[in-house]
Amino acid sequence: MNSRIAAHVRDIPRSGIRDFFEIVQSMKGVVSLGIGEPDFVTPWHIREAAVYSLEKGRTGYTSNLGDPRLRRSIAKYVEQHFSIAYNPHDEIIVTVGVSEGIDLALRALLNPGDEVLYHEPCYVSYNPSIALAGGRAVAVTTHAEDEFVLRAADLEKAVTPRTRVLMLSFPTNPTGAVMPPDELARIAAFAVNHDLVVLTDEIYSELTYDDLPHHSIAALPGMKERTLFLHGFSKAFAMTGWRIGFACGPSDIIEAMMKIHQYSIMCASTMAQEAAIEALERGQRSMERMREEYRLRRNFIVSSLNDAGIPCHLPKGAFYVFPEIRGTGLTSKEFSLALLKEKNVAVVPGTAFGPSGEGYVRCSYAAALDQIKIAIERIAEFVRG
Amino acid sequence: MDSLIRILRQNSAIPRADLARLLGLTEADVAAKIAKLEEDGMILGYHAVINSEKWDAEAVTAAIEVRVSPEREGGFDRIADRIAGFEEVESVYLMSGGYDLLVIVNGSNLREVASFVAAKLSTIESVLSCATRFRLKTYKENGLLHAIEEAPERLAVSP
Repeated sequence: MNSRIAAHVRDIPRSGIRDFFEIVQSMKGVVSLGIGEPDFVTPWHIREAAVYSLEKGRTGYTSNLGDPRLRRSIAKYVEQHFSIAYNPHDEIIVTVGVSEGIDLALRALLNPGDEVLYHEPCYVSYNPSIALAGGRAVAVTTHAEDEFVLRAADLEKAVTPRTRVLMLSFPTNPTGAVMPPDELARIAAFAVNHDLVVLTDEIYSELTYDDLPHHSIAALPGMKERTLFLHGFSKAFAMTGWRIGFACGPSDIIEAMMKIHQYSIMCASTMAQEAAIEALERGQRSMERMREEYRLRRNFIVSSLNDAGIPCHLPKGAFYVFPEIRGTGLTSKEFSLALLKEKNVAVVPGTAFGPSGEGYVRCSYAAALDQIKIAIERIAEFVRG
Repeated sequence: MDSLIRILRQNSAIPRADLARLLGLTEADVAAKIAKLEEDGMILGYHAVINSEKWDAEAVTAAIEVRVSPEREGGFDRIADRIAGFEEVESVYLMSGGYDLLVIVNGSNLREVASFVAAKLSTIESVLSCATRFRLKTYKENGLLHAIEEAPERLAVSP
């Protein structure tokens, strides 16, 4: 039967998260720290705007690039919060989440065999998306002792004449890492030296803590013309199920992405676009409220894990902690499976985010405080044995 | 301090140990900060938010719009204090607009509130008029919705 599946699809392994999900699904009463989405419902004013748009009968297609009103809102928001000016006319495309943006970008940029550098541990889709677009994925490992910061020096070791694209994602899922500005500048210089296109997935950019400003590589001098800035609404505005995001970049790349998008997707969902406008125009307050909540829970989970003897650094962004579980003598997968079976607590094995995640698990703190509390108590019991 | 106030405002019953972890402080620090807030009159008290329709279906709450003639010395303050002193009165606010004081009054039944208004409130010398409006149903109180919403389902594990 396998033979009727195209080889390049057949060769892609299923997501490690998916395997784990199926086991969790078969169990009852699991306390989960395995959820990669906000535990908040989309703020009411955003939902209400979508309801209103339906009442008004705004149910047709929009422009392939996305509703011009939304593109104008995006341009304003990105300029205000990231200090990068994009022309809503031809430098912005509205996508079905950042996931589609990544897929479009890679398909638009890669010729067969082109190499793409990305940092690991990272979001589960990068490696397969590169493979599906015909590229060769080259992972550069980041390290816990360095708070999972990507080093330009490590990129230098991995770059070859076939390297075309550098993929970045800070704050990072699953490590919560953010880039210090000086290292980000070195990476920008590296990209210029090797004439790479930078694809930067900044989906967690609103979620940095302790007043730490977020820096986009696209805002650095000389970078806008070689950078594709990808962002979306899922995390900051708790809008995962709406499937809405956007890409900003040089008009030739946006145009190429639009061609693929137009033939495969047509346009992002119209009501999601309506909700997105509301989020950008009036969502700041709800976003800040949720961010403050995440910040407090982050403090809680990090201090609880460390007190339980599970080493865990204080991540500066996103809503994940990435504690080290080597002390238990178990692999990430063994740890996660045993924890699930013995204590009914779900965490995600670090290896779901690449081989360099071995020795770690991802715990999401986008969960209610009482759930986090129960989960950590049980993890502590589990580790004590 | 803002975070502390915000958390307590949401859940004043939260254990001190949890507060300490959330704020990245020691329990002793938290206790000291709270003591200071109480001492400064920043925190006036702690309440449970009760669904009074469940607790006592007969109980009534009235919002009374009171017009008063302000005094040459002290304006509305003395009269507002006088009204606030009655234990039936839950809250008193000085308002802009068509009346002066908004008085929220609780009673165990309609008659109790009516007699309070007739005997106590409207007889105060500088009170010019009272318009009493009874609460029929509560939807949201102190930031909390009365109907308990079921949390929407989420995937137990997602990327």
